[in-house]
Amino acid sequence: MDSPTRPVRPFINPLHGIFLAFPVALYPAALLSDVTYLNTAVIQWANFSSWLLVGANFFAALVLVWAVISLFAGRARHARGRGILYLVIIAIMFAVGFLNSLQHARDGWHSVGTFGLAMSIVCSLLALVAAFIAYGSTYHGETR
Amino acid sequence: MRRLLYSIAPLAFALTACQADSDPDIEQVGPRPELPAQNDVLLPAMTIPTPAGWGGELPTVPAGFTVTPLAENLKIPRQLLILPNGDLLVAEGSGGNAPSVRPKDIIAGLIKKRGKSSVKGGDRITLLRDSDGDGQTDLQTTFIDGLDAPYGLAFVDGTLYVANQDNLVSFAYTEGATSIDGPGTELTKLPAVINHHWTKAMTASPDGSKLYVGIGSNSNVGERGMDVEENRAVIWEIDRETGASRIFASGLRNPTALDFNPSTGQLWSVVNERDELGPQLVPDYLTSVREGGFYGWPYSYYGRNIDPRIRPQRPDLVKKALVPDYALGSHVAALGLDFAEGGGLGGEFAEGAFVGQHGSWNRSDPSGYKVVFVPFTNGRPSGKPIDLVTGFLKDGHARGRPVGVAFDPRRGALFVADDVSNTVWRVAPTASARSPAGSE
Repeated sequence: MDSPTRPVRPFINPLHGIFLAFPVALYPAALLSDVTYLNTAVIQWANFSSWLLVGANFFAALVLVWAVISLFAGRARHARGRGILYLVIIAIMFAVGFLNSLQHARDGWHSVGTFGLAMSIVCSLLALVAAFIAYGSTYHGETR
Repeated sequence: MRRLLYSIAPLAFALTACQADSDPDIEQVGPRPELPAQNDVLLPAMTIPTPAGWGGELPTVPAGFTVTPLAENLKIPRQLLILPNGDLLVAEGSGGNAPSVRPKDIIAGLIKKRGKSSVKGGDRITLLRDSDGDGQTDLQTTFIDGLDAPYGLAFVDGTLYVANQDNLVSFAYTEGATSIDGPGTELTKLPAVINHHWTKAMTASPDGSKLYVGIGSNSNVGERGMDVEENRAVIWEIDRETGASRIFASGLRNPTALDFNPSTGQLWSVVNERDELGPQLVPDYLTSVREGGFYGWPYSYYGRNIDPRIRPQRPDLVKKALVPDYALGSHVAALGLDFAEGGGLGGEFAEGAFVGQHGSWNRSDPSGYKVVFVPFTNGRPSGKPIDLVTGFLKDGHARGRPVGVAFDPRRGALFVADDVSNTVWRVAPTASARSPAGSE
């Protein structure tokens, strides 16, 4: 019997995984510093959030580009449904993260507020969902 | 899924593009300005008219007046002082070393920089002498060099006082001197940590015993933390003999020019109010400064209108916040103040205050960018501001931005510092010009 083995490979490549690690770490970190600011009114926490969001958004943008490309040229073309779902999650995460950066550019108490907190929560959750998809799933590569 | 994607883009647009436009029907000048609802949005309006040359043209003045450049190619001229012998001193420099604390500081800094002159501040005082009063500079010298962003100037009893961005220095002056060497004598340090608003406006009391220095806030509305606002957003009273200082009035976000009202002997100031509450909040103002008075910043504006951006709030302070005397319009950035004396420029410009307005960035329809005259009667403002020098904006570019103003009652001329075209302008009635007829 010559049953060809189809190799099982991770859904994303390692570099893509490293990029994704930043939003996964930084959005929840921004959420925590937002919560601390809301509890203490010490402005430095809001400043921390601003920078954490910049870092998260920067890498989220790289991940977004990668997610689009891999849909056509990368690994996700072998698992299109999951690839589109992943892309949509990353796109929303980035869009909300960008708006959250604008929110955090407002002054003083307005830099976080209910809206900022809500956006930080959304970004954190989406980053975690994206991580589950990216790190927790595999696809069957082509037979060679 | 895809529908979700499509809905994101318009949502983002709607959220960011909701900065309200100005309503021209809202009266924003005078003793009781209308204050619209707060409009703090994700992306505040920013319109920065970038510099452009005059191309041989001149600012616009009313009929019966002429305007001429008294000196050009200066290095960021800010405030002016007329010495007893008629020599005009020009403080030149650009201060502030506030570190960027947030990504916003970097981006906003880059954007606002587009509206400024690329010339490096001179950190000096230039002397302009018009010996024959014909409105032309006959002698131009570097009067004092090696200063640190000098701004406020005062002259009392043979001594020149210069407010650098970090200290107050005195220089002995001999009548007719065209330059002064040496570092001067430090009378007192001035609050200079961060120096978000670095300008140190200054004037002397009519009896010459006290100096008053305006010290701006270290933030828009306390967003660097209130720890750094100690001794900020205040006017200091400084004893001229000892250098001892005390807070004369507080809660004045950025008091950028001070002068005593000659008819009442009261201290007046122009104050730049806060940004990012909308195109028509908060009006900058001209006010008499009450000893011990609190004018609201950062907790409230125009009396008890609470600013929600500062926490913890201070209802105890808001309760005693004073209402300023006279609104100049939102975001006009008043940087110059001088009262008319000796009949002023005559006619409707006889009694009142000249106010230089540097111009706005935080609204889509630029405001300011002109010199106005606020008419006074019996020592109080008594009417709408009258445009005196305009035409600084053309085709969306700033050909100049007025800063300090100084009125010379002996020659009946107004001088205006302009830190974009790096010019000092002279405005005088055509008829009373002592120049040979037709030369202007």
